[in-house]
Amino acid sequence: MGNTRVFVVGIRRLRGAKLMNTLTRPVRPSALERWWQSTVHFLRQGRHFVIAIPMTWLVLFFLIPFAVVFKISLSEKALSIPPVSSLWGWNSEDAMVTLSLYLGNYKFLWEDNLYLDAYLSSIKIAAISTVITLLVAYPIAYLIARSKKYRYVLLALVILPFWTSFLLRVYAWMGFLNKNGVINNILLSLGIIDEPLNMIGTNFAVYIGVVYTYLPFMILPLYTILEKLDESLLEASADLGAKPYETFLHVVLPLSIPGIIAGSLLVFIPVVGEFVIPTLLGGSDTLMIGRVLWDEFFTNRDWPMASAVAIVMLVFLVIPMMVLRRVQDVRQERNT
Amino acid sequence: MTQAALATTPPTGVPTTDKPSTSVPDTEKPFIQIKNVTKRFGDFIAVDNVSLDIYRSELFCLLGGSGCGKSTLLRMLAGFENPTQGQILIDGVDMAGIPPWERPVNMMFQSYALFPHLSVESNIAFGLKREGVKRDEIKQRVDDMLKLVQLSQFAKRKPDQLSGGQRQRVALARALIKRPKLLLLDEPLGALDKKLREETQFELVNIQDKLGVTFVVVTHDQEEAMTLASRIGVMSQGEIIQIGSPSEIYEYPVNRFVAQFIGSVNIFAGVVTEDEPDYTEIMSEEAGTLIHIDHGVSCAPEQEMWVAARPEKIMLSHEQPQQPYNWTKGVIKEVAYMGSSSIYKIELASGKMVRVERINRIRREEDGFTWETPVYLSWESGDCVVLSS
Repeated sequence: MGNTRVFVVGIRRLRGAKLMNTLTRPVRPSALERWWQSTVHFLRQGRHFVIAIPMTWLVLFFLIPFAVVFKISLSEKALSIPPVSSLWGWNSEDAMVTLSLYLGNYKFLWEDNLYLDAYLSSIKIAAISTVITLLVAYPIAYLIARSKKYRYVLLALVILPFWTSFLLRVYAWMGFLNKNGVINNILLSLGIIDEPLNMIGTNFAVYIGVVYTYLPFMILPLYTILEKLDESLLEASADLGAKPYETFLHVVLPLSIPGIIAGSLLVFIPVVGEFVIPTLLGGSDTLMIGRVLWDEFFTNRDWPMASAVAIVMLVFLVIPMMVLRRVQDVRQERNT
Repeated sequence: MTQAALATTPPTGVPTTDKPSTSVPDTEKPFIQIKNVTKRFGDFIAVDNVSLDIYRSELFCLLGGSGCGKSTLLRMLAGFENPTQGQILIDGVDMAGIPPWERPVNMMFQSYALFPHLSVESNIAFGLKREGVKRDEIKQRVDDMLKLVQLSQFAKRKPDQLSGGQRQRVALARALIKRPKLLLLDEPLGALDKKLREETQFELVNIQDKLGVTFVVVTHDQEEAMTLASRIGVMSQGEIIQIGSPSEIYEYPVNRFVAQFIGSVNIFAGVVTEDEPDYTEIMSEEAGTLIHIDHGVSCAPEQEMWVAARPEKIMLSHEQPQQPYNWTKGVIKEVAYMGSSSIYKIELASGKMVRVERINRIRREEDGFTWETPVYLSWESGDCVVLSS
């Protein structure tokens, strides 16, 4: 035991060799030396340093922008640069500082049906696409997780589309779905239809675009769960008399719920705020909050209204997630 | 190996003989018939032309090292693998093409394979639910089963909240609840610590006795096989080398592989000098003595043979034994004190190390068998076995 102790001390000495030199000098350390000393001490506490990087990142690029957006949503549209009124006022006569919080944007948001309809329509489109994506992704993820030989080839194929621009891929779908696009031309030449189908500019096209784009985000979390699934559990189930579909229903499906939740959130949340796909593939009747936000910001140049729309969207998305988290935590606690 | 004797009382219908014989009365039809079964994975032959009969209510143990094909054989009985060649019959029904979920067989997995999302109760009820048994009956049978494996108070727990021994009992209960004709156990005690193993071994034998189910156990642990089984099949490289009761396998191994695999053994190479119907004499340079054995062997004169002597069959003494054969001299090189017994490693004049196990009937420091002591080793004519391969 004694030996180990000495050894540890030895290593510490080596690490802080420079520091030890300064410390062992008989004179009192100077201010610079003390600063050096405390810096080294701080750096040695590696843990704080490691956490500091992501924390700084979150504060700089998430918390502060959120606060700015929230601030803007409480101001009025104004003819200035930036086009918002200031929250702070200064009355030099009475030497009074005023803080005016304008809630009109939120009130308008509530009163004008356009916004509520856009929110509900976005959530509906996102929910339907999430379900379709799940139904398409599950068998694919299952197949990849069960195949031994081609697993990595198949995974690479799932990830491959990420290597081309997202915008390009959506434009490609426009080429497929157009009135004189690839699909219509093929169907016409085969004589299956007499008139070109009207696909572009409908919600159908939006669903295709969304499911296609977000499929990997559903496949990957499902794959990670299904890959970990112990094969002997499937054998045990079969051994106990479960036919293959019963094994799926009673063993595989319940055990993949964490993957289903993770994948669904990864698809649902960005689709609610999706702008590009409904704009390029959807029609005028495809009402989504992302487009409303765009119009407020760029067409109306109403920054405060756009900010209010964004904040409410965030609340719409974050609250259900927090409730879900809470429910899971409670369930876990009850189990242990 | 005194434990072995306790657990080997075979169930009815299985012959108990002290003689080395594996014959069974023709009147009883085997419950499981494995006929010339071969299983290949690519070029690798996992199971090589195995034929084996297992009888009703038997506790049969497949014993062998890793990769010997014992697990593959078990998985073929369960239906997870199909034989490349040959036929498997369970209760007279050919199992070819019958999927696992339709076989009258349940298996207890090595990893237990408990469903992590289900409680103990639901794990056990799983098989009955798939069968469509009525709710009340499921409840009743699950309660009975929980009582049998002494887990009633843990019914609502999830598998990850149980200890290894408790999980093992849940796995057993889950496999038994459908009242299978045949229960397969893959290394059932592998994950338990020593003390728990011993308890569970006897528990398993009791449960098997109570329910009369046929058990087929796969294990690499010879002690486990000895305590559990009524009959053991020793496997190596996809083939069955010997089938017999634990005592047959231990006392009359058919070759050096079996002798060395089951327990520890001293093997002396020697040349046959006399081969009569009722005795054999082998001159062993290695042992430094003439070895006399009280049974005959069929062999060519001067043929090289091996004599196997178990460590506990060899006696130690300070005085020279008064017999013309079966004794030799050596020096104690190592002593391992194990409490109830001690193990001595003794170097013979030929340089051969012999292992001797001796019950510590008197306190060890008084008997004078310590390091570097010259001693005489001797054994009885009936205590050795001649092996030709």
